[in-house]
Amino acid sequence: MKIQEKADAVAEEFAVFEDWLDKYNHIIELGKDLPSYDEKLKAPQYLISGCQSQVWIHASFENGLVNFEGDSDALITKGIAAILIRVMSGSTPDEILDNDMSFIDGIGLREHLSPTRSNGLNGMIKQMKLYAMAFKAKEQAK
Amino acid sequence: MKSMEAIRAQFPILSRTVNNKPLIYFDNAASTQKPLLVIEALDNYYRQSNSNVHRGVHTLANEATVAYEGVRDQVQNFINASSRSEIIFTRGTTESLNLLAYSFGELLNEGDNIIVSMMEHHSNIVPWQLLAKRKKIEIKVADIHENGELNMEHLISLMDEKTKLVSVAHVSNVLGTINPVKEIIIEAHKRDIPVCLDGAQAIAHVPVDVQALDCDFYVFSGHKMYAPMGIGILYGKEKWLDKMPPYQGGGEMIKNVSFDGTTFNELPYKFEAGTPNVGDALGLGKAIEFMQQFSFTEIMAHEVAMTKKATDILKDTGDITFYGTAEKKVGVVSFLMNNIHPYDAGTFLDKMGIAIRTGTHCAEPLMKHFGIMGTMRASFSIYNTEEELDAFAVAIQTIKSIFE
Ligand SMILES: Cc1ncc(COP(=O)(O)O)c(C=O)c1O
Repeated sequence: MKIQEKADAVAEEFAVFEDWLDKYNHIIELGKDLPSYDEKLKAPQYLISGCQSQVWIHASFENGLVNFEGDSDALITKGIAAILIRVMSGSTPDEILDNDMSFIDGIGLREHLSPTRSNGLNGMIKQMKLYAMAFKAKEQAK
Repeated sequence: MKSMEAIRAQFPILSRTVNNKPLIYFDNAASTQKPLLVIEALDNYYRQSNSNVHRGVHTLANEATVAYEGVRDQVQNFINASSRSEIIFTRGTTESLNLLAYSFGELLNEGDNIIVSMMEHHSNIVPWQLLAKRKKIEIKVADIHENGELNMEHLISLMDEKTKLVSVAHVSNVLGTINPVKEIIIEAHKRDIPVCLDGAQAIAHVPVDVQALDCDFYVFSGHKMYAPMGIGILYGKEKWLDKMPPYQGGGEMIKNVSFDGTTFNELPYKFEAGTPNVGDALGLGKAIEFMQQFSFTEIMAHEVAMTKKATDILKDTGDITFYGTAEKKVGVVSFLMNNIHPYDAGTFLDKMGIAIRTGTHCAEPLMKHFGIMGTMRASFSIYNTEEELDAFAVAIQTIKSIFE
């Protein structure tokens, strides 16, 4: 599935919630469903800086596709990480680099995008794109 | 005390909603809201009197100058300084402390030391660290007790013949502790050490009388006492201000300028280079007027009641850790809901219209001391009500049930 398709699926999932509480409960549930994150990868180089909560993102590259994993000590942040991972994992570096991330609006998480929100959504996206860029460069160097 | 309704009516922002809920503003330690007379003072100034001060012969310049200098008198009176030339306008606490670290710092020599405490705001740490690098001096840090009170014995034990300044918070922004500043000053003065008090969190909450305290410097921000952002005060005893070199150079702070040499203006202008922030200073004057409607006895009684009720609510919730349980404190309650990240809880509170602060509160050394990443902090002001705390209680229960 393409990034946009996966994002649309997430947005559809969220569309049923009218109440903010339900929406946030769902975000938290998504976070809880994340595969457990290797404690060894909670190293400073995987920590996204500039958030009130600690959030780690790690990526691997296999068969031309980027796979992400992540974790956070705050449940909302972890849920947001889970959404990003679900949407972006399994994509090529180019797909990740070309996406303008407007799907976040569709899920109604735009408020979390403001740079003052210090929850790391911006930081996570930036970090994921950096990974994609690095993998792309590596591939081209082959 | 005036009726709560009458007080709240003076703050237009309190009638707005946040996320479709009535705003409950419990982040007063970060910045207080502004009463109408302050907002109107800004509006009036820019409509009626805007002009540069100290410079013109024309009517507007004179009006602006008279009004601006009038606020200096108000501040002098508000903190009971002995002379108006001891009142220096700055941008706020941070600039006041940077001014001090720079100018007072010029009087220090390699090997000297200054003392701060573990509970300081970064504003009362980083300027001294910059000075320490520049002048090769040492910064000593006084410990605190588990309940958030200063460890006075330790603080006093740090004072030696090389100590050139003690700079501590009058009131802690995280813990709410009212420090025994009079005692600190007496001990320091016995050893001829001057004392600077960071009054950012004290100025709107406890009476400040710089002569009774006998502090050498006192700094605060207008925006934490109902005034606009961008204006603050450095109080300094004349004997120190006279000795200190100017901070910034420019207009206003000079007497004569020539390329052969420049003579500096007298106090307080020596430390006020450039066009000052007249509009916000006038706002500060009105904020002082606003505050003078109340007695500090009333203010403190209200804060004690709010703090007690908030503490009881949280205790009833269970699973709460409190940070800062000093006997003498202002209306600041720092806590953690065990197993719930402050960011999560803060986000949910915001969804319910309640503004509190989460995070390190610009006091990372203190967080490290407690071994935590941050706290949740509710901080109260004169316009907060018990009903707001009832809503807070419901919100806290909701959050607890979500995360359980
Ligand atoms: C104790 C203390 N000192 C200094 C400051 C810095 O004040 P400002 O940012 O207004 O300069 C604050 C503000 O949070 C404070 O609480």
